[in-house]
Amino acid sequence: MKLKHLLLGSATAVLVAAPVAAQTQVEFWHAFTGRLGELVAAQVETFNNSQSDYVVEATHKGNYSETLNAGIAAFRAGEQPDILMVFEVGTATMMGAKGAIKPVYEVMADSGADFDSDAYIGAVKGYYTTSEGEMLSLPFNSSTPVLWVNRDALEEAGIDPDTDMSTWEQVGGVLDKLKEAGSECPMTTAWQSWIHLENLSAYHDTPFATKANGFGGVDTELALNGDVQVAHIQAMGDWAKEGKFIYAGRRNEGGANFRSGDCALFTESSAGYAGIKSEAKFDFEVRPLPYWASAVDAPQNTIIGGASLWVMEGQSDEEYKGVAEFLNFLSSAEVQAKWHQDTGYLPITSAAADLTREQGFYDENPGTDVAVKQMTTNAPTENSKGLRLGSFDQIRGIIDEELEAVWSGDKDAKTALDSAKQRGDELLRRFEQTSR
Amino acid sequence: MEKRVTFKGLWLPLLLVLPQIVITAVFFFYPAGQAIWQSLFIPDPFGLSMKYVGLGNFEYLLGNPYYRASFVTTAIFSILVTVVSMGIALYLAVLADRLIKGSGVYRTLLIWPYAVAPAVAGVLWLFMFNTRVGVVSWYLGLLGYDWNHVLNGEEAMGLVVVASAWGRISYNFLFFLAGLQAIPKSVIEAAAIDGARFWTRFRTIVFPLLSPTTFFLLVVNIVYAFFETFGVIHTITSGGPQQSTTILVYKVYADGFVGQDLGSSAAQSVILLFIVGLLTIVQFKFIERRVHY
Repeated sequence: MKLKHLLLGSATAVLVAAPVAAQTQVEFWHAFTGRLGELVAAQVETFNNSQSDYVVEATHKGNYSETLNAGIAAFRAGEQPDILMVFEVGTATMMGAKGAIKPVYEVMADSGADFDSDAYIGAVKGYYTTSEGEMLSLPFNSSTPVLWVNRDALEEAGIDPDTDMSTWEQVGGVLDKLKEAGSECPMTTAWQSWIHLENLSAYHDTPFATKANGFGGVDTELALNGDVQVAHIQAMGDWAKEGKFIYAGRRNEGGANFRSGDCALFTESSAGYAGIKSEAKFDFEVRPLPYWASAVDAPQNTIIGGASLWVMEGQSDEEYKGVAEFLNFLSSAEVQAKWHQDTGYLPITSAAADLTREQGFYDENPGTDVAVKQMTTNAPTENSKGLRLGSFDQIRGIIDEELEAVWSGDKDAKTALDSAKQRGDELLRRFEQTSR
Repeated sequence: MEKRVTFKGLWLPLLLVLPQIVITAVFFFYPAGQAIWQSLFIPDPFGLSMKYVGLGNFEYLLGNPYYRASFVTTAIFSILVTVVSMGIALYLAVLADRLIKGSGVYRTLLIWPYAVAPAVAGVLWLFMFNTRVGVVSWYLGLLGYDWNHVLNGEEAMGLVVVASAWGRISYNFLFFLAGLQAIPKSVIEAAAIDGARFWTRFRTIVFPLLSPTTFFLLVVNIVYAFFETFGVIHTITSGGPQQSTTILVYKVYADGFVGQDLGSSAAQSVILLFIVGLLTIVQFKFIERRVHY
């Protein structure tokens, strides 16, 4: 209770503090600090200087969860912003909140702005569109998991740094050699549920949940205890037992271990690029996420993580026009190409990817297009379009707990994933009750 | 006999206690009432609709083995935090009480940790025990002990207990020291003349005379362990590994503010409220009888 009041208090304080101007104000709440925060501020400034009708006011509201909570608290108090950044796992929560949000395709249509949803990359926008192809929120920052390789560490262990690691079978062989050569940390990971279950499922064209991963309705159930997932988690569990996979934490704690040169291999978001590039004092490389050759002949596509921009209900038509202008500005090829190159996030339109290629960025920074290719080589299927599950942040928490039981050797993969399914399904049923 | 001041009439006394009543009503009864009300519903996060479920939220919670396990975790955690922080504080207070020179400096230094916010304390301890760069874990590694609170539940519990108890030692120390100094020296001297050694004096005179302080601290520390250790747990373990450090209040936060499940979160608040009320009653009814004022 206390926290909620605090949030409400700070939300109103910010609104009161906002200066009053003749131009239409567009309020934009986001979750970025540091370098990313500066880049967002630069985008907003460019937009504000480019026209004189609207002023976008960008406000940082804490991390992803805190930003979502601030938005919810503000909505309850009738003080919601025009645009709210929500991370991908909050998608189902936002979708379920009919009456609190205004779908992006509607905002665009009402304001008469040029809007072609086909311009957006399928695997990126798919996460945020309905089954009918209507875009609900605008993808803002999207990334996908890749394999980061410390080439120096491989060489030290007497392994050819160019060795093929397209499949997990090959990675297993490399891990054996690294361990034999005395590596303290052959492999680590960030975001275990996102990479080793959600993306693993999509990449092998296997459902993570029934009803098309939840796109088909809220009566979805988890399907993450299938054969592919169990086999993968069991293999990872075995590697953990043998000291070949080192678990560092639920979020991206493993990043520090990789950037310092301790770990040879690292599964992490493509958006880790900026940090790794600035800190790593070794020769590193980006490889596509491995797949199990025993399960599929060739991988499907991976899915995205990151956040999208939701337009909130209850604003004036003028403000919605401003919102439409701003979203169009953000989608333009130049802005997107710059964002993609600065951050390592994926471009949201094909035009931005093409522009980046024309500018020679991929040639100068080899490996930066691995993620783009991994996402776009195949058209997404029902299993690889994304996930739409209620209470998904909590379900990820449950998955984290169960995976920790596998890494510590307390449970085998099958038992842990069965338990994750059963516990997650309970939350899905509760969410189903609220969204009726 | 106690001296009582009596007010005539009804209005003046009512007026005098009014500010207290208003504050309690606004900051305690209203939110508590809201929590009880919300615990009967499954609301959607945006407050657009509420579905009445009666005691459904409680049924859902109490039927969940992971929630029930969280009670045990909370009990272990609270007992450990209370025992560790009070034990060390008492030991330090007894030492400080015997100091003749430099007791002021000693006291001031011991009070410092209390000024550190729980979340900051959490980060400090986490840094020392970080599995990769932590000083302590590095020394433990030299001794051949592989510290890994990221996967080892007992080590994680130990770490959050130490981090939560650490800042609390100062607070307890202050009260114990004040309590010790309030004990008449003549009693202790008399016992010393009769040939009672330090340990006997402590056991038979000092500790019983200190019991009001100990009792007060027991109540306050348990409430602290139940409610205020959130920051430490959030920064160090986020309730993990698995659920080994998920105490009740952390689950309230996780379900309400991460999961947006306000119905369940409210129901958990009500259960917590009930437990702490019960604990306090038990403490006052049974333990207070053994306290000598």
